[in-house]
Amino acid sequence: MKNRLKVLRAERDWSQGDLAERLEVSRQSVNAIETGRYDPSLPLAFRIAKLFELPVEAIFEAG
Amino acid sequence: MSTRSPAQRRYNKRVIGLSLAYAAALVGVSLVFRDSPPSGPIAWGLALLPALPLVGIFIAMGRYLVEEGDEYLRAVESRKALIATGFMLIVTTCWGFLQSFDQVPRVDFYWAAILWFGGLGLGGCANRFAK
Repeated sequence: MKNRLKVLRAERDWSQGDLAERLEVSRQSVNAIETGRYDPSLPLAFRIAKLFELPVEAIFEAG
Repeated sequence: MSTRSPAQRRYNKRVIGLSLAYAAALVGVSLVFRDSPPSGPIAWGLALLPALPLVGIFIAMGRYLVEEGDEYLRAVESRKALIATGFMLIVTTCWGFLQSFDQVPRVDFYWAAILWFGGLGLGGCANRFAK
């Protein structure tokens, strides 16, 4: 699954650690999701969407 | 700042404590059996003593997977444990048949635990190279 997490994070000038703190996950999790090594669960995907105030499909897409 | 999650820190503390207990039990029990070998239920109890901390380590691993709140870390550690279990089952199954047909020497069952710990190392490598 592809995602725009890195771009959205960069737009806000957040580090991976900043985003991890806001999502209450590890920095490794953010890194794994950004690099496509891990697809988040539905609850975490919704938490990410809520944080960026975007619909889930605006952040994640099949691929 | 530590990069370990709270659950990882608790797991590490438990495993360090249990490893020290294992080393102490193994040395102590070995000395007892060497100097004045016991018999009957006492011998059983003493012989089982070094196994208990290892059982504790397996339980600590299970507790870690339950307590870890970070889903990615939980997935990574679960994969590591599954690889370790698969590795241990493959080696012990193959060795068991080789042993049945007298092709290899007989080995003690506790080697299964040692293989599993070795398998955790293999699982760690697999995680590193995953995707």
